[in-house]
Amino acid sequence: MIEGKILKVSGPLVIAEGMRHANMFDVVRVGEKRLIGEIIEMHGDRASIQVYEETAGIGRGDIVVSTEAPLSVELGPGLITNIYDGIQRPLEAMRMVSGANITKGIDVPALDRDRVWHFTATAEKGAKLSAGDVVGYVEETDVIRHKIMLPPKSGGILTEIRSGDFHVTDTIGRVRLDNGDILCLSLMQKWPVRVARPYAEKLPPVEPMITGQRVIDALFPIAKGGTACVPGPFGSGKTVVQHQLAKWSDVDLVVYIGCGERGNEMTDVLREFPELRDPRTDKSLMERTVLIANTSDMPVAAREASIYTGITIAEYYRDMGYSVAVIADSTSRWAEALREMSGRLEEMPGEEGYPAYLTSRLAQFYERAGKVICLGSDRRQGALSAIGAVSPQGGDISEPVTQATLRIVKVFWGLDAQLAYRRHFPAINWLNSYSLYRDRLSPWFSEKIAKDWMELTGRCMKLLQIESELEEVVKLVGVDALSAEDRLTLEAARSLREDFLQQNAFEGDDSYTQLDKQYALMSLVFDFYEQARRAVAEGADVQKVSDLPVRERIGRAKSIPYAEYAHEYAAIRRAVGEQLQTLISAAQAEM
Amino acid sequence: MIKEYKTIEEVAGPLMLVRQVDGVKYDELGEIELPNGDVRRCRVLEVNGRNVLVQLFESSAGINLAQSKVRFSGHGVELPASPDMLGRVFNGMGECIDGGVRIIPEKSLDINGTPINPAARYYPSEFIQTGISTIDGLNTLVRGQKLPIFSGSGLPHADLAAQIARQAKVRGSDSKFAVVFAAVGITFEEADFFISDFKKTGAIDRTVLFINLASDPAIERISTPRMALTAAEYLAFECDMHVLVIITDITNYAEALREVSAARKEVPGRRGYPGYLYTDLATLYERAGRKMGSEGSITMIPILTMPEDDKTHPIPDLTGYITEGQIILSREMYRKGYMPPVDVLPSLSRLKDKGIGAGKTREDHAGTMNQLFSGYARGREAKELMVVLGEAALSPMDRLYARFADAFEAEYINQSFYENRTIEETLDLGWRLLSILPKSEMKRIKPELIEKYWPRD
Repeated sequence: MIEGKILKVSGPLVIAEGMRHANMFDVVRVGEKRLIGEIIEMHGDRASIQVYEETAGIGRGDIVVSTEAPLSVELGPGLITNIYDGIQRPLEAMRMVSGANITKGIDVPALDRDRVWHFTATAEKGAKLSAGDVVGYVEETDVIRHKIMLPPKSGGILTEIRSGDFHVTDTIGRVRLDNGDILCLSLMQKWPVRVARPYAEKLPPVEPMITGQRVIDALFPIAKGGTACVPGPFGSGKTVVQHQLAKWSDVDLVVYIGCGERGNEMTDVLREFPELRDPRTDKSLMERTVLIANTSDMPVAAREASIYTGITIAEYYRDMGYSVAVIADSTSRWAEALREMSGRLEEMPGEEGYPAYLTSRLAQFYERAGKVICLGSDRRQGALSAIGAVSPQGGDISEPVTQATLRIVKVFWGLDAQLAYRRHFPAINWLNSYSLYRDRLSPWFSEKIAKDWMELTGRCMKLLQIESELEEVVKLVGVDALSAEDRLTLEAARSLREDFLQQNAFEGDDSYTQLDKQYALMSLVFDFYEQARRAVAEGADVQKVSDLPVRERIGRAKSIPYAEYAHEYAAIRRAVGEQLQTLISAAQAEM
Repeated sequence: MIKEYKTIEEVAGPLMLVRQVDGVKYDELGEIELPNGDVRRCRVLEVNGRNVLVQLFESSAGINLAQSKVRFSGHGVELPASPDMLGRVFNGMGECIDGGVRIIPEKSLDINGTPINPAARYYPSEFIQTGISTIDGLNTLVRGQKLPIFSGSGLPHADLAAQIARQAKVRGSDSKFAVVFAAVGITFEEADFFISDFKKTGAIDRTVLFINLASDPAIERISTPRMALTAAEYLAFECDMHVLVIITDITNYAEALREVSAARKEVPGRRGYPGYLYTDLATLYERAGRKMGSEGSITMIPILTMPEDDKTHPIPDLTGYITEGQIILSREMYRKGYMPPVDVLPSLSRLKDKGIGAGKTREDHAGTMNQLFSGYARGREAKELMVVLGEAALSPMDRLYARFADAFEAEYINQSFYENRTIEETLDLGWRLLSILPKSEMKRIKPELIEKYWPRD
C-alpha cells in the first residue's frame, strides 16, 4: 500500500510526500475523511493531488493513501435515469445517505449493488469471442436494451454463460483468454475516464441528427457523430437550446453534463424529463437520459473530471451500437476549473490565465465523438455526437475558450443577445453561424425528405443575407427609398424569421417540428413570396400585399399539430392565391 | 490545550505568515492577540509544511511580529445562530453591534455552507407578487430564485430593492416571512435608508441585518455575505421561514476578493479579478433555493453596480451566468423620470415560465408577456430609425409601434416606488397598451385568449 503524508494544502490542491511509488493519475484518498483525489503531478517523492471534495479541515501530516487505480467509471445497467456528480457518485443515493446537502467523504457505489437485473445470454458456450462481442443483454429501460460486451483487449473462448437474475457484480460467465487466463464476466465493467474507449474504425458522418429545431435542421444541421458548439452571452438561451436538443434529438441515448452550471437547471431536467414523452418511442424521456451534475457550487476539481465521466459513459453505449449525444453545459466552466488548478500548480499561464494546454485538452474531448464501427465481430455501428455550450465572458467570442473550440468543432450555433432581447428564440444568429456538414448531409435530405431540400434551405440563407444588406440601406435612407420588389423581399425575410425560424420551446406543437413539416412550412413562406412578387409585378400595391389577412394564418402555421398540417397548409396556400388574385383584380380595375 | 504561537514572520496587506505551526488545518479560524489585548481574527489560506498563510479579516494595524500571539481554534469560521437573530444588527463578522442582550446560540454553523445536492432541490415555481409591473408582468420572480439587480452609480437600486422587500408576497399564503439584509461596503446613508425603510413598515422585527460599511475593514466583506447567507439558511431550512436575502453591493465584495488575490500574487483572470471569481460567486448565489425536507426557501436579490454601466464587466457578467436572470436599471429611463427605471429588454427572469400561467397568475400571462417584449423591441427599433430619418420615413405600422413603445414606457414601466399593482392590474394594463396595435399583430397570443381579453370600447 502506498501511503504518504500531506505537506501542503492550498484550496483543492494538496501536496503529499512519500508518494514515489504511486502512478500519475492514480486516485488517492486524502485525510481521515477519505476525500477523493487524483495525482496530477509528481516531483521526486512529492505528488500534487487535485482533490474532488472541499478540503477545509485538512492539514499537514494527514495521511494520503493511493488506490493504485486511475479515475474510472463503472459501466453497466443502472446508468440510465440516474444522476451523478462529476466523479460518478449517484446523487439520489447520496441524498438518502446524507440529506439535502452534499457532505464530505461519502462513499456510495455508482451502480446500485442491491438491484437485480434479468440477463439473457445470446452467446453460446464454447463460442470464440473477440473484444467487444456481445454475450447477452439486459432490458435496462423500456427503450434501451443494454448489451453486455466483452471488455476491450480480451478475446477467447466462452467457457461458461448463463441467463438469469443477477446483481451487477455477480459472475454471469467465464472466458478463457488467448493467454490462458480466465476472465470472469459480470454485468459491469470499469474504464478509466481519461482514456478513450477503443473502436474498430472511424467513419465519416453522413446522417443528420434530427433535432426538430427548425433553424438547426434546416440551416445549420449537425450529423450523427458530429461536433457542435453553442456560444452565447448570458440570457441568450444557451441552456434552453441545450435542453431542447436533449429532449428532441433522434438519438438512442443522451448524456447531459451540467458542468459548473446552476443547480436549479439540473433539478429542472430531473423533474421535467420523466414527464416528457419521446416523440419516437412514446416513452418517458428519462428512459434514455443519463445526467451528470457538477453544479457551480460543487468542488471545482470534480468539475474538471465531469466531462470525461460523461463522455466515457456515452462511449460505452456507443460501443453497443447506439447513437448517443453528449451535451455539455458549459465547457467554459470546465476550462475555468482547468485554469484554477493550473494557477495553483503555479504553471506559466497562456492567454487570460488559461493554461497553454487548453486547446489540446478541448480537442481531445471533442475528438472522442464520431461515427464508428464498434469492436466486435458483428461490426455494428455506433455514433457519438458532442455538443458543448460555451459561455464567453461578456459575449465576446474572441476569448480563448470559444476560439479554441471553434477550431475543432464543425458546427457553430452563435447565440445573439440582440435577438434574445427581441425574444427571437432560439436566438441563433443566422448570419454568423455555420455548419460544415451541410454538403455531406445533402444526399440524405434529398433522398429522405425532398429533392429540393438543399435548394430551399439555400434560398433561406440567401434571403436572410439579402435582408441584412437591405436593412443597411433602410437605416440610411428609409424604407420608402426601396423599390417595390425590395420591400417585398424585406417582408418575406421578416416572415421567414418570425414564422419559420422563431420557435417556442415551451409550446406543445411548436417545440418540436418534424422534417417534412419544416419543409412544408418553408415552402409556405416562399410560396407566398413568389406569388406576391407576381402580384406586385401585375400591379398590386406592396403595402396591401403585406397586410393581407392570410399572413396571420401563415404566422400561426407553425403551431398547427402534425396530424393536420398537410391539410391546413394546403388551405392556406389556396387562400394566398385567392386573396392575391382579388388584389390584382382590384388594381387592374383601377387602371 | 490550545497552543499559542509567537512566530509571525510576515504581515503584508491582508496576509500574514506564521511559522513553526503544528496541526493546523486548511480553512481554520485563528485569533491574533495584540500586545494591547485586542483580538483580531484570521483564516487559514494555505498550509505549507509548518508555515501557515492566513488572511486577516480586520486591519493589520498594530500587529507586532515579536509580541502578537496567534491561536487556532480547530474549526472554521462559524456563525452562532438562533431564531432570536430576527430584529438584530450584526457586523460583517457576525458579532452583535446593536448593544442589545447577547444571543444564546442554538447552533454554530460553518459560514461556508455545503453545496445543495441538485437531486434534493425543488424547482422554484411559486409566483411572488412584487407589485412592480416590469417584474411581475415581464420578469416574474419566484420563491427560491436568485435575481440580481444590475445598477450603475447614481441609479435608485436601493429604492427598488426596498420596494420589493416592502411589497413582495405570495398570494393566498401567510407563511412565516423574514428578510436578511447584508450591507457589504456601502455608505452609512445607504444602509440607513434600508434600515429606516424597514422600521417604517415594521419589517425590522422580521429582519436580520449584517452591516459592513464603507469605513469597515474591506477584508471583512469576504465574510459578510456568507454570514448573512448562513443566517438565511438557518431561518429557511431549520425554522421553515421564507427568507428574502438582499445583498448590496456585490461589486465591493468582488473587490475585496481581488485584494486578497493580488496580495497572494495569483495569476489574475480578466481585469485583475481572480480566475476563481465565478466559482466563488457561485458558492454565494447557489445557496438560494428550496430543498427537500424543509418548508422554507431562500430568495436572493443581490445588488451590484456595474462599473461604467458596462454589462460585460467581469462582475455583472459572471453574476449573470450564475443567477437566474437579472433586472437591469437604465440611465435613460431614469433621466426620463420613469421609476423604477428598469431596462426591460435585457432584463430577464429565467424561472418565470414555470411560475406563471393559469392557476399561478393568469392564463394570458405568457402570451402577453412575449407580445409586449417583441412589440416594445420593434417600437424601440422604429424610434431609433425615426431619430435618423424622421417620422415620415417610417411605415404606418412602424409608426404605430413607436407610439406603442412610448406609451409602454410612460405607463407600464413608470409607476413609482410606492405604487403596488396586483398582477391582474399589470396584465390588464398590458392588454390596454397592446390594443394600440392592430389585432392581427398579436402573433404570440393564442386567438381564443385575444377574444377573451382584448379590451372592448
